Amino acid sequence: MLAAAPVPSVFNGTAEVLAMVVLLATFAMFRTQLLRAQVKLYAVQSLFVSGLALAAAVTRGESELYVLAVVSAAVKVVAIPAVMRRLLDRIDGSLAGHEAFSVTTAVLVGIAVAAFGFFAVGALEVRTALLPRAALAIGVAVILESFLLMIARTDVPSQAIGFFSLENGVSIAGLVVATGMPLLLELLFLFDLLVAVVAFGVMMRTLHLRSATVSARGLERLRG
Amino acid sequence: MAWLIALVLALPAVAAVAAWARNDVAARVSGAVLGAATFACCVAAAMVVAGSGPAEVTRWLRVDELSVIFLLATGFLYMVSAMYSAGLLAHTSDDVYRRRLLSGLHLFALAMLAVPVVNEIALLWTAIEVTTVISALLVMLEDTEPALEAAWKYILIASAGLGIALLATILMYFAGTVAFGAHYQPYLDLLARHAGTYPPVVTELVLVLAVLGFGTKVGFFPVHTWLPDAHSEAATPVSALLSGSLLGVSFYAILRYYVIARAAIGPDVPRRTLLGFGIATLLLAALYLLRQGNIKRLLAYSSIEHMGILAIACGFGAPLALAGMLLQVLAHAAAKSTAFFGAGALTLRFGGRDLSLMRGGLSALPWSGSMFLMAVLALAAAPPFGIFRSEFQIVLGGLSAGSYGPVTVMVVLVTVAFFGLALHATRILLSPLPPGVGRAEASPWTLAAMACGVIALLVLGIHPPTDLALLLERAASHLGAR
Repeated sequence: MLAAAPVPSVFNGTAEVLAMVVLLATFAMFRTQLLRAQVKLYAVQSLFVSGLALAAAVTRGESELYVLAVVSAAVKVVAIPAVMRRLLDRIDGSLAGHEAFSVTTAVLVGIAVAAFGFFAVGALEVRTALLPRAALAIGVAVILESFLLMIARTDVPSQAIGFFSLENGVSIAGLVVATGMPLLLELLFLFDLLVAVVAFGVMMRTLHLRSATVSARGLERLRG
Repeated sequence: MAWLIALVLALPAVAAVAAWARNDVAARVSGAVLGAATFACCVAAAMVVAGSGPAEVTRWLRVDELSVIFLLATGFLYMVSAMYSAGLLAHTSDDVYRRRLLSGLHLFALAMLAVPVVNEIALLWTAIEVTTVISALLVMLEDTEPALEAAWKYILIASAGLGIALLATILMYFAGTVAFGAHYQPYLDLLARHAGTYPPVVTELVLVLAVLGFGTKVGFFPVHTWLPDAHSEAATPVSALLSGSLLGVSFYAILRYYVIARAAIGPDVPRRTLLGFGIATLLLAALYLLRQGNIKRLLAYSSIEHMGILAIACGFGAPLALAGMLLQVLAHAAAKSTAFFGAGALTLRFGGRDLSLMRGGLSALPWSGSMFLMAVLALAAAPPFGIFRSEFQIVLGGLSAGSYGPVTVMVVLVTVAFFGLALHATRILLSPLPPGVGRAEASPWTLAAMACGVIALLVLGIHPPTDLALLLERAASHLGAR
């Protein structure tokens, strides 16, 4: 007789669904041409990451996780998308992103990369009491997808969003394996994300002032 | 001790504010003076640690024998870069550029000085991420198309690398939960002391992610591609800080993870990992050094070469090799700053960075040309300079550890690099001066900054101070040498 598979708890199921939505939002970024739509997708992705933090907070009843969920939403769902939209307003001629290869190819490679990340983490013996291991695997898949996004797009705003999305993947992994990390340190990571926004923003503005585009295709003279 | 560390972090912050002074002379000179004062504090901190061992300011800020070596290198680089900038910006009429470059330089130094002082894995990552943002903005400040391209590559590649390092940081925290429970402060010394209980597979993963992630900032192959571009397109004092110090403090972060991994899973995997990255990096750099046409790119590849040597030395794991590696951190900082300042003087004299433009450098710039020659010879590991001593120790250490194959490969590749550097240096310095190019000399600030580097190289090569030798020996023991 076959043994019955363990039934996942409501919390585990919720956490897996939230993490999966974050991964799907990353896939949607591959399909989206418009830069503003990518910013919206990033906001949605961040909302679900903050939701995951909230779910963890409810489960553990820790005030620090509630604070983290609120600050994460304020920074990643509100502040960063607002800054990005403001930057895009100033470069209103460049609303569409630039791709290094076709959407189909990017999505197919993305599926392969996500599957690799998912099964590679599955092979690791990482056990944690709070969140399901599948969420960690999905977090790593989001990180790999974000790398691919940074490679597949050749315009600075999309690459910046790829980097911010990468941080969301790390946030999911952090919620799975390092939930007890002191709040101050978690906030430090968020502050650092804001600093990175400044660097990408200055880059975007300087490039646009110089060449009236945010495409990085012209930046191919130096050879490493 | 607490006030020394406070001063090390406060003085560059004061200098960054002073850089916005309306009086140009006050802004430049105050930067140089505060830079020298910061280095003096670093030396004093090193002497305290040499005398009475590791010291804590709070649990968040701690210096031990390993961290003061990197503090000394960064403090020295900061002092000479501030001196050089005082001369470089003397004739700049663009006040906005001067203020931005000077304040950015001081803030960049502050972030780098914070790296060896912090005692906590998340703070370590944050300090290194801040160095990326500030230095990328400094590269962009040059406002040329190549500088913009270099800054873009730098931000993109370094950010991606630091994303990997962030994952390593979080997994390190996870590994620590086995010993400390879900809630704890991940202090570096605490993590290293209890490493024996961490899960081996996770610790191995942490090590590889940390080496790859922070290795992006060190310039390890294959994630080095931003480095020659950023170093060659930045202003000269920024190039010197990037090359002589930023790579070093990023390597320091790897060493902290190496210490924990070594205690958790034994020496084999950490040593093999660093040996592999080191040899691949050294091979790439040695080959590229032969075919460079740009003086600053030549020096950037030399930095990659030296980072490869540091990783190899760590891979040998013998006490002598580890002490040599730490001596190399100091000597490389001194040599690379002097070389970049000389390259800056040559670039100004010949009107470009192209090596084919430069001929008769010693005749055109007798003092700075001579010191540039000494710095390049030092980088090529010629006696009697510090790098000769450090590489000699590394090779002997490798032989004592029985790593005959890697030692042979290292010696061959260092010899190739020697020929690359020596060939270019003799061409640009010892050839006859082209007609129409007059003799002149760099500013006294430049000469003073270069002289500091040469003196440091000679001291480190001929007779390192006793306290320093003691520090190097004890720091090597932190890395597992017994």
